[in-house]
Amino acid sequence: MIELNQFLILSALLFSIGVIGIFLNRKNVIIILMSIEIILLAVNINLVSFSYFLNDLTGQIFSLFVLTVAAAEAAIGLAILVIYNRNAGSIEIEKINTLKG
Amino acid sequence: MSISLITFYLFSAILLLSSLMVISTKNPVHSVLFLILAFLNAAGIFVILHAEFLAMILIIVYVGAVAVLFLFVVMMLDFKTSLEKDNILKYMPIGLLIGLVFIAELVIVLINTRLDLSNIQILSNPLDNFSDQSNTEAIGSILYTNYVLYFQLSGVILLVAMVGSIVLTLRDREGVKRQIVSEQVDRKGKIELVDVKSGEGIDI
Repeated sequence: MIELNQFLILSALLFSIGVIGIFLNRKNVIIILMSIEIILLAVNINLVSFSYFLNDLTGQIFSLFVLTVAAAEAAIGLAILVIYNRNAGSIEIEKINTLKG
Repeated sequence: MSISLITFYLFSAILLLSSLMVISTKNPVHSVLFLILAFLNAAGIFVILHAEFLAMILIIVYVGAVAVLFLFVVMMLDFKTSLEKDNILKYMPIGLLIGLVFIAELVIVLINTRLDLSNIQILSNPLDNFSDQSNTEAIGSILYTNYVLYFQLSGVILLVAMVGSIVLTLRDREGVKRQIVSEQVDRKGKIELVDVKSGEGIDI
């Protein structure tokens, strides 16, 4: 039988891969958006595994809402990316320094 | 080793490897395709966890909509991928350090603790009530009753996202002919009204 900890470790590894992806990537905003999707997927795995091992459906419902918000966020993020690429001509993160941050 | 354990290891290995490939490939198209592979394997893990509805939703929404949206944007936009490679090395040590510390902490904690879920009594929607139903039916029976407010709020969020992305990407381009109905049916300045006397006619 698979234990809860194995799912949690899988989810933790996936989450860390997403975080490393955000840190390492300095080229492409689109890879960062994909890393955010990976992080949200790790959170979903966590929620669903707790839902299964607690015999409680609420985790799956919450996971459904996380999925909805992730889809909305991807749509908005890609729209911002498209207009930024149209205005600035490039989406390299190193060159996005208009605010001098 | 049971068959479910073998499938769990298979799915999770492919999931981790493909998500590593997502963040490490140079070509954005390849990383979108690896993202699709990762979502498919996550759907397999959801099936192992008896969350069949969420697994199918993951395939339909993520693979069918979000990943294809990513693929559209990557392929339609002409990203000028520069070939400088020095600045990857600049952030490699700190990124890997933070990531490895993160992984080590989480995995050490999770290996060394056994979560005892048996004494947790607060179950708002226990699965035992739904043992004669399918997963989809059980989710539907509480999503549309207990969580109907949140359900409608997520609908509002999707509406805002849709309107927002349309507003962001809409633009007026020069030299494109479009119909302006108010100008088309406007009479002022466009036509001349002449009083014609009876029996005389007018010159055109």
